[in-house]
Amino acid sequence: MSHKMVVGYDGSNGSNAALEYAAALAKAQGGTVVIAYVLEWSPYSFLTPTELEERHMRRQEELKRAETAVLAPVVESMKSKGVNVTTALKYGHIAETLCAIAEEEGATQIIIGRTGHSELSSRVFGSVVGSLAQAAPVPVTIVP
Amino acid sequence: MKKSLAAPVAALSAVLAATAPAFAQSLDQQINDGFASATGWFVNFIFSPFPGTSFPWIVAWLVIAATIFTLYFGFIQFRAFPHSISLVKGDYSDPNDAGEVSHFQALATALSGTVGLGNIAGVAVAVGIGGPGATFWMILAGLMGMASKFTECTLGVKYRNEYQNGTVSGGPMYYMTKGFAQRGLPAGKFMAILFSIFCIFGAFGGGNMFQANQAHAQIANVIGDYPGWITGLIFAGIVFAVIVGGLKSIAKVTEKVVPFMGILYVSTALVIILMNADKIGWAFGQIFAGAFTGLGVAGGVAGALIQGFKRAAFSNEAGVGSAAIAHSAVRTKEPITEGFVSLLEPFIDTVVICTMTALVIIITGQLVSDPNTGMYLLDEGASTIQTIDGNKGVALTSAAFSSAFGWFKYILAIAVILFAFSTMISWSYYGLKAWTFIFGEGKTKELVFKVLFCVFVVIGASANLGPVIDFSDAAIFAMAVVNIIALYFLMPIVKGEMDSYLSRLKTGEIKKFK
Repeated sequence: MSHKMVVGYDGSNGSNAALEYAAALAKAQGGTVVIAYVLEWSPYSFLTPTELEERHMRRQEELKRAETAVLAPVVESMKSKGVNVTTALKYGHIAETLCAIAEEEGATQIIIGRTGHSELSSRVFGSVVGSLAQAAPVPVTIVP
Repeated sequence: MKKSLAAPVAALSAVLAATAPAFAQSLDQQINDGFASATGWFVNFIFSPFPGTSFPWIVAWLVIAATIFTLYFGFIQFRAFPHSISLVKGDYSDPNDAGEVSHFQALATALSGTVGLGNIAGVAVAVGIGGPGATFWMILAGLMGMASKFTECTLGVKYRNEYQNGTVSGGPMYYMTKGFAQRGLPAGKFMAILFSIFCIFGAFGGGNMFQANQAHAQIANVIGDYPGWITGLIFAGIVFAVIVGGLKSIAKVTEKVVPFMGILYVSTALVIILMNADKIGWAFGQIFAGAFTGLGVAGGVAGALIQGFKRAAFSNEAGVGSAAIAHSAVRTKEPITEGFVSLLEPFIDTVVICTMTALVIIITGQLVSDPNTGMYLLDEGASTIQTIDGNKGVALTSAAFSSAFGWFKYILAIAVILFAFSTMISWSYYGLKAWTFIFGEGKTKELVFKVLFCVFVVIGASANLGPVIDFSDAAIFAMAVVNIIALYFLMPIVKGEMDSYLSRLKTGEIKKFK
């Protein structure tokens, strides 16, 4: 049976550690690593009229940046190491969206780094781990 | 040498100190007089009454429109209310669209443009002139206005411009041009230009000067009187930093604090109302009695009705067209969904928040009535009702809230400043959209508008309440004249969208995601 592992990835050191761990696991046991990049987003935040007007444009830019600057290089390096990888790029609440991706992909586990989120989101990281532990449909591994 | 200089300098500064306040006061007076005489003709036209009556035609215009939309769409504001709530909650939003403008965000931004001084100061003006009865007419106008808002916001989304780079522009000027062309009607472009001109006036008036004026009144009320142009300059500086300097941090902070202030305001009002629970029945009695007998206010029942309708329209802007600009950025495949969401706006703004203000003013006994007849006593000018401390406008609301909680006037001052500020930011955007529609887009053209906008902040803070409020109302209502004509011509399109959507909702073709 081929394993699928969802790795919460955002380019930070912590998330790199989680990815390395997942890659080693995938190589040893066989399986695919799903590199999941979730852009923190709440549909209930408040925006100014100008932000509303530009939102669609910004979203395109953010997705493009995430794709080319964050995901593309890491996919390249994983492939060169002979690891099977796919990617998932989504907006939403980080923990909830990781769970949704795991379910969609039929993953057997979720792997995240302990400081897997940069700057502002690292402050609420505790709640990401907490929510994942509570809500994840599959086992969760936290990589220090 | 030094000594000989010191004496004249001291004398000069003494003279300056003595004349400065007089100069400042006269500057305020000059701005006020100039402003009143420059705008008087326009105000007179908009508020001219039907011949032989004291009933302004513009009020009838708005109410008739709201009634027609309510009937034409079969009381959609009540039928679709639960569905509107589900839409705002995101029950029908595709998770793959996350990161785009949600219904909630479009509503919240539009609300922060409308919830403002109209809800605090405007209501006090209405109740101060029209008595408690004005509240009844205000609520009625709010409920009917939901249908107007529904119509205009649906059209705003349907006919918005989506540009190559992913930005959007929408609003009445776009549905007037594109919608009229689609239906083969003439004069769409002409109406769009006319609307844009009035929208620019509205942005300078209600969206700017009225806000600056009442923010100054509120600050002066807390820290003592001082010349208005000082507040004006400070406000203009901050607004300039945001809209010209692109200082997003201030706008961002405001956008986050304003909803919090709104909730704090409503909950404080509720606490005051509950503290006076025994008077709630009496207050509603006053509201109903006033609505149908006038209770001695200037103009009687008609006076109460005019004030109620006027302030409701000024507060929730239903039929004015401004909200169509804010709502048009939402990401949806169905324009009608934004119409459903937008109808919550007059409800929250007028039926909930304005009513709270009115109830607090009535329940805390700010208005003076004759103990024998129950009739309200009028001021010397016989136009406004006497209040216990002679307050009017925002000061009346402040006095009402402070009579229960002394500290609330400080909170209210902060709330007023923030509300004023967020409304100014919203309206600077509405005005800019109208401006660029007429003059085209471009850095210099936009800068001219933005600088003018800041100049009007200073004028608004310096002028007296009377001329400012008259001009603000007149400009906003002038927008409604043009907008509602367009809505009449385009409402069959909204009806088609509505019928199609509701039937697909029934068959389950439109799915819930949550």
